[in-house]
Amino acid sequence: MSFDFAVILARGPQILAGLGVTILIWIAGTLLAAALGFLVATARRFGGRFVDLALSLPVEILRGTPFLVQIFLLYFGGPYIGLRLDPIPAGLIGLSVYGAAYYAEIFRAGYQSVPTGHVEAAACAGFSRGQTIRFILLPEMALLVLPPAMNMAVILLKETALLSLITVPEMTMTVSAIGSQQYAFVESLVVLALVYWALVELANLLGRLAERRLSTFGTP
Amino acid sequence: MTWTLFELLLQASLMTILVSAVSILAGLAIAIVLSAMRMSGNAALKGFAVVFISFFRGVPLLVQLLLIFNLLPSLGITLPSLATALIGLSLCTAAYQAENLRGGFEGVAPGLIESAEMAGFTRAQSFFWIRTPIALRMTFPALVNEAILILKASSLVSVVGLIELTKMAQNLAASTYQPLPIFASAGLIYLAINVVVAFLGRRAERALPGLPSA
Repeated sequence: MSFDFAVILARGPQILAGLGVTILIWIAGTLLAAALGFLVATARRFGGRFVDLALSLPVEILRGTPFLVQIFLLYFGGPYIGLRLDPIPAGLIGLSVYGAAYYAEIFRAGYQSVPTGHVEAAACAGFSRGQTIRFILLPEMALLVLPPAMNMAVILLKETALLSLITVPEMTMTVSAIGSQQYAFVESLVVLALVYWALVELANLLGRLAERRLSTFGTP
Repeated sequence: MTWTLFELLLQASLMTILVSAVSILAGLAIAIVLSAMRMSGNAALKGFAVVFISFFRGVPLLVQLLLIFNLLPSLGITLPSLATALIGLSLCTAAYQAENLRGGFEGVAPGLIESAEMAGFTRAQSFFWIRTPIALRMTFPALVNEAILILKASSLVSVVGLIELTKMAQNLAASTYQPLPIFASAGLIYLAINVVVAFLGRRAERALPGLPSA
């Protein structure tokens, strides 16, 4: 048994194209997930008891079921209720909605970490709700929220590999296809694993840099 | 969606529970060994543990499973899909559990380790009888959390051909043309299992003895 990596590396441009799709879907999906999660957490924080309870249900369902089952349900089940999506939009929506549930919990914990006295003080000082969120709540919870938020971004990066199973032409699908065309499965998967590993370590590094920067923010 | 189909899903979920439970426990054992290696003075052992943990946490589980599934036969090892799935899930969860345990090991009060030394414990004895139980107790909530993550991640072992809940749902969806109710039911079964695991985890957490102080 010998391994021949040359046949895989010769397809470099194709692998890079797959990597590009992975990174684009990851970044777009993470930003959408964080934005949606923030909206959900904010609605739960300020919307009253009914909204809080009503939103806890989808959050718990999304957090309690596998991402794979969610995207299968969306991509293969969607057409039966008139929701016919191409692989890339389906993957992006799936990733964003899944991630949003986790980001909603991260921001919820962030809101809870800010002492109510600060919010009341802001109200006494005549701050509107929007101003309170922007100038009091967000800056105060930023340091607490950043590590889990970055961690979740890395989890979402790894989850993008599952999108290959609904035929999104991202890196895992591209490299597996090359592997079967060249009959070099092991080599293709080793390359794939190494690229993901590098990407995740890079993302972790960026996260640590962001944390360090934020933790010294405002200190003289 | 008939009762017969739902029953098939329930049967397949037993395989999901089996694979997850065995992987969690095997992963825990490997994680303790990895922790010992990481805290040892031997640079080679330490380096191995660090790279192992970084690799299995840095590569998507799907890619790990595909790699193991393709690598073993090319090395002349043929295993049933259940064994392949167990190896893949155990190694992956071991890396995550080792990372969880790190905090626990770091949190063991130095006084306890010193007391163990005074009482004549060797380094290995103090690791297994003092530090490990305390680290496990401290990180128990993380273990329950990891169990839930692995239950969900076990859906990926469908790619190595093991018929568990997700694979059964895929097969039924393909043969009945009812993906919507079938995948929704599979999701509900996962949710139900996870709710039970989380509940039992909280009960166990309360029943466990408190931590010693030193």
